[in-house]
Amino acid sequence: MEKQSAFNIHPMDQFIIDPILTGENLEWYSFTNQALWMLISLVSISFVFIYGSRKHQLVPGRLQSIAELLYFFIRDMIIDIVGQEGLRYFPYIFTLFILILFGNVLGLLPYSFTYTSHIAVTGFLALSVFIAVTIIGFVKNGFGFLSLFWISSAPLALRPILLIIEVISYFVRPVSHSIRLAGNMMAGHAVIKVFAGFAGALGIGAIAPIFAITAVYGLEMLVVVIQAYVFTILTCVYLNDALHPGH
Amino acid sequence: MVDGNLVEMGKLIGAGLACTGMGGAAIGVGHVVGNFLSGALRNPSAASGQTATMFIGIAFAEALGIFSFLVALLLMYAM
Repeated sequence: MEKQSAFNIHPMDQFIIDPILTGENLEWYSFTNQALWMLISLVSISFVFIYGSRKHQLVPGRLQSIAELLYFFIRDMIIDIVGQEGLRYFPYIFTLFILILFGNVLGLLPYSFTYTSHIAVTGFLALSVFIAVTIIGFVKNGFGFLSLFWISSAPLALRPILLIIEVISYFVRPVSHSIRLAGNMMAGHAVIKVFAGFAGALGIGAIAPIFAITAVYGLEMLVVVIQAYVFTILTCVYLNDALHPGH
Repeated sequence: MVDGNLVEMGKLIGAGLACTGMGGAAIGVGHVVGNFLSGALRNPSAASGQTATMFIGIAFAEALGIFSFLVALLLMYAM
């Protein structure tokens, strides 16, 4: 959509996927900026966890305590929501959390690319959670898993209506799970870019938008961490539904 | 004298209207956190155990606002 206005702001341009090594066209083998930033996040995750857990000091150093904090944060979350038997799925949930957290936080660097702002990425993550949780539910409970939709504590006349509502809400889960993360990332980064566009247009009067960017940036630091937390905690809630469908 | 076409205008008006849905999400999130706080101030010792529940409630309320934002984006860029 070509439009020219007084303020030349393109807040959505930062989400364009560019091939950066393999020519102009976007092919299936192209090395894109998305792949580059996923690689950077992989390298930084490996650095924090391999270098952080190398020395095993009793009194942890800085990097070791970051790694330990993240580890025990997710471990306690799983024990709180799912219970002890949820710890079998700890590696998967921890991987999800770390991948999303590093993607979100690295996306706040200037000139970087936020891979979690694309529904292609978050949709894949949410769909894999959905499929995994459904399979776990049927494997652990057999057809008893379907009692998740048939709420026995409700009055009998209401149960068919609740059945329809529960089935719909079950299948909407991957949609809301993925769009929540992608939408939050996209909206937040676009807001920062819009204020940056104001600063560029105002010239010497740009001090007000710069203060606004600082404030929004602080808010975004909070939002990116909370969204990674929310994605993980909802994964735990869905897993709890699969393991204990009766209530 | 109107410059530009009617379809474009309809899209932009629709996108603006879709964004009003975000106000509903704002009310919802405020309601969740406000009720959490009023409960937490009456019984502060029980509050820390319920923070996770509060975030889940916020996430559910917020999702619907994000949907309306998405509808606005689809109207502006995808249709």
